[in-house]
Parts: sequence; C-alpha cells; structure tokens
Amino acid sequence: MTERLLDIRDLRTWFNTDDGMVRAVDGVSLHVNRGETLAVVGESGSGKTVTARSVLKLIDMPPGRFAGGEILWRGRDLIPASNSEIDKIRAREIAMIFQEPMTALNPVYTVGDQIAEPLRAHENLSRRAALARAAELMRLVQIPDPERRVRDYPHQFSGGMRQRVVIAIAIACGPQLLIADEPTTALDVTIQAQILDLLNDMKARFGMAIMLITHAMGVVAENADRVVVMYAGKVVEAAPVEELFANPRHPYTQGLIRAIPRVDAKAQHRTRLAQIPGTVPSLINPPAGCRFAARCTFATDACVAAEPVLKPVGPDHTVACIL
Amino acid sequence: MPGSTPASLIAEGPEVFRAPELVAGPRLSLRRQAWRRFRKHTLAVASLFILGFLVLGVVVGPLLWRVPMGAIDLSAMLQGPLLDHPFGTNGLGQDLLARMIFGGRISLAVGVAAMAVAVGIGVAVGAIAGMASGRVDAALMWLTDLFLALPQLPLLLLLMYLFRGALRAAFGDEGGIFLLIVVVIGGLRWMSLARLVRAQFLSLREKEFIEAARALGASRARLMLRHLLPNALGPVIVAGTIEVANAIIIESTLSFLGLGFPPDVPTWGHMLYDAQQYLDSAPHWALIPGAAIFLSVLSINFIGDGLRDALDPRRVI
Amino acid sequence: MLIPSLLGISVIIYTILALAPGDPFGQLLTNPNVPAAVVASLRAKFGLDDPIWLRYLHWLVAMLHGDWGFSFASRINVSTLILERLPVSLAILGAAELLAILIAIPVGVLAGTRPYSIFDKIANTLAFVGFSLPTFFTGLVLILIFSIRLNWLPFVFQSNMSSTGLTWLWQNILQSIMPVTVLGLFQGAALVRYVRASVLDVVRLDYVTTARAKGIGERKVIMRHIVRNALIPVVTLVAVQLPVVFGGAIITEQIFRIPGMGSLLISSILSDDTPVVMAITFVYAVLVIVFNLIADLLYAWLDPRIAYR
Repeated sequence: MTERLLDIRDLRTWFNTDDGMVRAVDGVSLHVNRGETLAVVGESGSGKTVTARSVLKLIDMPPGRFAGGEILWRGRDLIPASNSEIDKIRAREIAMIFQEPMTALNPVYTVGDQIAEPLRAHENLSRRAALARAAELMRLVQIPDPERRVRDYPHQFSGGMRQRVVIAIAIACGPQLLIADEPTTALDVTIQAQILDLLNDMKARFGMAIMLITHAMGVVAENADRVVVMYAGKVVEAAPVEELFANPRHPYTQGLIRAIPRVDAKAQHRTRLAQIPGTVPSLINPPAGCRFAARCTFATDACVAAEPVLKPVGPDHTVACIL
Repeated sequence: MPGSTPASLIAEGPEVFRAPELVAGPRLSLRRQAWRRFRKHTLAVASLFILGFLVLGVVVGPLLWRVPMGAIDLSAMLQGPLLDHPFGTNGLGQDLLARMIFGGRISLAVGVAAMAVAVGIGVAVGAIAGMASGRVDAALMWLTDLFLALPQLPLLLLLMYLFRGALRAAFGDEGGIFLLIVVVIGGLRWMSLARLVRAQFLSLREKEFIEAARALGASRARLMLRHLLPNALGPVIVAGTIEVANAIIIESTLSFLGLGFPPDVPTWGHMLYDAQQYLDSAPHWALIPGAAIFLSVLSINFIGDGLRDALDPRRVI
Repeated sequence: MLIPSLLGISVIIYTILALAPGDPFGQLLTNPNVPAAVVASLRAKFGLDDPIWLRYLHWLVAMLHGDWGFSFASRINVSTLILERLPVSLAILGAAELLAILIAIPVGVLAGTRPYSIFDKIANTLAFVGFSLPTFFTGLVLILIFSIRLNWLPFVFQSNMSSTGLTWLWQNILQSIMPVTVLGLFQGAALVRYVRASVLDVVRLDYVTTARAKGIGERKVIMRHIVRNALIPVVTLVAVQLPVVFGGAIITEQIFRIPGMGSLLISSILSDDTPVVMAITFVYAVLVIVFNLIADLLYAWLDPRIAYR
C-alpha cells in the first residue's frame, strides 16, 4: 500500500480583483504518493502554480483566499494550521523551488548564507556549522569549488548555477516532498536536462517525492510517474504516465500530446505541429458546463449543459469528460 | 539588467499567480477606466470638491464679498472672526476675508503658472534627451543632475533678491514679481519631470507600436509629437499636479520670508509673515491663511495621488 | 563626479550674480558704513572691469584659498561668520533627519507589509497631511500652542546662554524640541511614503517567496529580506531630498530665530550683504554634493552588486 503524503481534496483558491472573483483553482483534487514524481501539466492560467503555492500557503491573502477544500499533509489539514505550524513544515517537510532562478535569490546576501538560513532556523546550527553544511550541499548539487563560492553573491552565478543554489536551499533540511514549479522553464535547453537530472538524482538519494509543475509534455514523459492534467482551474485527467501517453482520454490531453514536436518517422510527412485553437477562458465568470467545450472539436450540447465530473476509466486513470 | 528578459523568450510566459489576468470582461474605454480608478480614491474625490470650492471662492468671491481689502479701519484692529468680518481683521483693521480671497488668486495662479513653466522645460529637456540619446542625452542628463543638486531655497532667495528690482521696474510691482516668481520656481523645478519624460520615452521607444510607426517612415518629430508624447502624458499629468502644490508652498515661503510680492500685496504667505508678531493677541490672523495654504496644498496632493491611481497604476510613490 | 558638479554649480551661481542687473558692489558706494577705500580695494580684487570668465576664475581661486571676502554688514570674515553658524545648523538638521528616519522606517515598513490595511490608510493620510503642511505654518502653530498658550517651551533660540553643564544641556534640548519636531515631521512624512513604496516593490519579488518557503518565520522574512533590501533605494532618496530639507531648515531657523546659516542667509539678503549670500549658497551646494557622495558610498556598501559593475 503506497502512502499518500499529500492529498489535496476539492481545493478552491480564489482571488479578489477589481474585475471580480478570479477562481484560479476551483475544485482541484490530486495526491502525491511517497517517493513518486507527480507531474502537474497545463497551460498558463490553468491554476497549476496556484495549486502548488497553496500547499505551502505562499498565496498572498488578500487578495487570495481559500474558498473550500482540504490540503492533507500526511493526514493533517494544512488550511486551518497556524503560521508557526506551517513554518515548521516549510523547508523541513515540504520544500519548493521556483521558475525564475535569476530573481529567486536575495541579491544582498551570499549564497552560503541563503543556503544556511533554513538550516539555522530548523536545526539550530551555528553560522559556521551551517555554512559548512551549505558548502557540502553546493558540492552535492554539483557547483564547482563550493568552499570558495559559498562566499559569493548570486549575481556572480549563471542562471543554471543559481537554480542549483535554489535546489540546494530546498533540499537542505531533507524534505519529504519537493514542489518544483517550472524549474527549467527559464533556463537554456542544454541546462534544462542537467537540472532535471539533478532533481532525479536528489530524489533517488533522499527518497523524496517530487511534485513537478510544468507545461512541457516532453518533460512529463521523461520524468513523471503519474500525471495530472489541469485546465482552467480544474483537473481534467489523471493517470500513470505510460497510460496517459498511450491512452489519453480527454480531448485536451490529446491536444497537448499532439502538440509535442516529434523527430521520428511520423514527422517526415511535414505535417504542421498540431495546436489547440483558442485560449483559456475567463476564470471570473467561467462558462457553464465543461470549461474546455469552446475549444473542443468534439463538443456537443451536452458538454455545455452540465459540468463533467472526474470518473474512473481504467486502473488509476480518471477523466472529466462525458465522451 | 540580468534576469529581465529570459521569460519572454520562452514560448509560454511565466504563469501569473497573484491575480491571474484572464479577464475577457467588457472592455471599458481608457478614460472611463481611469475615471473609475480615480473615483475609488475617496480622499481624492473629496479633495476635488474642496479645491473646487476654493477655486470658486477666489474667482467669484469678490462679487459676493464687496468689502474692499485695502480699507483701513483703526477702530476694528485685530478683531477675531465676527459677522461683519467673518475672518476677522488684521493690525490695520483691514478685512481678512477680502484679503484672503485676493491672496488665494495669487497663490493658485502662481501655482498653475509655475507648474506650466516647469512642465514646459521638463518635457522639452526630457523629450530631447530621450529622442537624441548619445552625447546630447548625456549632456542634458548631466545638467539635470546638476540642477537637482542645487540648493533650491537659497538659490530662489538669491534670484529674488538680485532680480526683483529690475523686473519691478520693467513690468510693474505685481506683474514683475509674478513673472519673476513663476519663472524662478519653474526654472528650478523641472528636473524630475525631465527625468520622468526621458524614462518614459526610453521605455516607449522599444515598444512595438513605435517600431511600427518608425517602419512606416514617421519622422522623428512626428514620432515624438504623435506617438511618444501622448503615451507619456499620464505620468506628466500626475507630476504636474503635484508641482502645483509645490509651487504654492514655495511662493508662500518666499512671501513669508519677505522676498515674495511687495508688502502691500496680501498673499497668504505674506499674511502669515505679518501675523507672526501678533500670535498671542490675534492667532486667527496666522491660522486662517496657514490653513488655506495647507488645505489647498493637501487637496492638490490628494488629487495628484488619485490621478496616479487613475493614469499611472504601476507606480506606487 | 564631485569636482565637475562643484564647478558646474559655482558657474551657475556666479552666472546668476553676473547676470543680475546693476553693479553688485555699486550700492556700497552709498553705504556710509563701508569706507571708500574698502570699496576701491574690493573693486580691484574682484576686477570688476575684467571679462566675466576672468572674474569667475579670480573668484574661484579666492574661494579655493579660503578667502571668501568679508561681510559688509558685520565686517567679519565670511569664513569666520559661516564657521560660527554652521555647527548649529548641522546639529538641528541632523537631529531632525534622525527623528524623520526613526519615524519613517517603522511606519513605512508596517504600512508597506500590510498594504491597504487600516494602519496603512491612516499612515498614508497622515503622511500626506505631514508634507502638505508648510514648515512655517507648523512652526507658528507649535509656538502658539507650546510657547504662548502653555508656556512650556521657549520660542526664541539662544546661543549664548550663561548657564553651564547640565542646565546648559537641558536648556538646549528644550529650545531645540520645536524646530527639530517641525523639520523632522515634515521630512519624516515624505520619507514614510518612500519607505512604503520601496517595501511594496520588494515584497512582491521572488526571493521573498523563497525566504518564506524556508519557514524562518514572517518576522525574519520582513527584517532580513524585505527591510534590508527596501532601504537601499531609500538611501539615495534621502540624499536627493536634501536640497528640499535645507529649504525647510532655513525657514525653521528663521521662525525660531536659530543663529544658523539659514537665518544668516536671510538677514544677509535683506541687508544686501552679497559676499555672505554668495558664500552661503555655495556652502549649501557643497553640503548637498558631499551628502550625495556619502549616499553613493553607503549604497555601494549596502548593495554587493555595485562593486562588481
């Protein structure tokens, strides 16, 4: 029996804006098992980043608020938890890395001090001991010459190296879950693979689970154990990775998979890369029924009439589509 | 700046998470959007009414309140506010309400005129620097920085002191001093506007619609007048509004120090200067003009803040 | 940077003087207090019949040698006169700036970290009131309340008090309270808005989220990652504001009759004491530039990125 580390149930994270309530996350359920990599995919505005940030309560409130649902961390709901309780979980049990390594580090402190910060807070290490551990962590994430570079400032590092520093901060306290929010999006293609390899290496070494937020299906195929596909604030499909790519059930998932550039035999027909027409709908007054209906080539009247719910279509495979 | 562009190079930009802008709602016209944002600033709207009342008061005031401001009545010296003198009288028994109305005309006129001078110089310098780039830009910005480092008030006082006589001789007592004050205040307050306009130009220059206009063969002057200036207008209006308040304070300061308008012209600042000696016996004489300066400056500053919300929502100062 | 600015400012000041209608020393001829020989030597020294650039150079060389001429009104060396007045001005200014910073940083940080809260709205409104109140009006109101009505504080500043020791110190503190408050509150009000804006700029940056995700507690996030970074641009803003503060200080000195440079400037202007007016204006300019330089050094010290540019 696999243990559900994180179990999000019917989460609703809404934002109050001048134009109305934006339902960025509107009834999302997903879970992460111990030691696995769960990929959460979707376009910009699908709510994947808000879901990820909701877990560690890194949403500004106001304008944001939890309008419903539960975030169970090892069986305990984090939504009603106090700030100090959340602080004990941050970095120690759940850590997070972000999309933009160029801005994720504070420019006025040395990288050593920034890696040492969670260690000093959670493990009561002295500055000297924490800095020594920081250098070890920098070696672990393959930053050359860590003893010297520990005293350098972020601007003295390249984007890829800064993302390694961010990863070192995240793994410093040995968390059980690492939430990686588009960790490679802002990096050069050659660096992207290195960072993903590093993440997989760390996962194997510490036995952590990874919640990988991404929009790139290629990254999903190579790194994930299971996949959750999000669209307009909702989960539309969830399945193990092989099952999803072999047997995508939701038209949106099918569209995402078709949109992957391919270099194999099929591509020699010089067909144009498939794309999904249209854009994500407004989340202020979301359309009734299926939110994807307006862009779906298979849509019928029934799709607009009622909102489809997630239903099982195979072992560990659920989809929210009436077709 | 490192780190400012990478996100835009990727097919899918960073996901907006704080307030996802997926708004496909009704498209309001820009002006109506601005008005809607302004209206949300309660204090700015209230200030608009207060300032409107003050302006109306000094404009139509003399029609309603016909007591001559110069009439000396030694039997009614230093009177507190009463029915026949609602604002009381000064050391010569002159009616303060009439003098306040006259002083208000001067203060507000100086404020607006000095702002116009500052905006004129600032926009010209900023636009030339922003369009020219290279050596001209560097020279103009050096000049701007130099003016920013000038000690303003000492220089203002020095200029007033040196040129007062000549201008009074050339343009008459009130006209000459008015001209001098307006030019001197405007000439020492254009720097932040120049920087603002230049920064706007530099950022706008890279925008696509300017590229498009340039590709269509628009001349530099046309580019500047038709495309760049209108788009830089919002911040200029905001800065200009606040400049009116600054100019009013500076004019009152000069008058208060005895270096503004001649003593027989009752400006608000000069009334305060006269009232200093009588603080114990006739506090109303100082409090009324002081409150008037404060109220007009405060309401203009609040209106400026409301305009900033309305026209230039990205800036916070 | 320093030298060209000073030269530029000296050119501007000198040009203003040269452009002024009439002979700045002409009026001395009719002044019975000044002997004719002095006027003649002055004319010779300033070479009033030379071309303007030569006159400027003479003036500049004399200024650089510390030969600032002497006051027409009091017949003392200008440099002596200014050195006598400078410490008082700087003490009041320094105390006021300190008060402003002590108010502005905590209030600005609290307001910026809780934007649009009740506290923020009240602080913001009070800040607007603070910098919309002209210093000469606040000064008079304070005198009216605390000196005239309550009779708690002296309203005329005295520099030569007969008392010594602790009484002297106490009397100096008493007579400094009102001017320092007037100037400090005015400057503090403007500063609150800068600090708040700077904090607002910083709180939405990614590294603050990184810091929050470390679970170090909100207090440490604010102190280490928000305040520390937000204060860097404020240093520059304080320096940029300085010319305005000098203006406020001049008025304050005038209202409370503080024997500093500001009141000396005004009395010199009113008594046509040109050498003193010129020298004081120039000293103010030098002070502005020196403080800007200090701000630049502080900035480089606070922001590690600067040293490597």
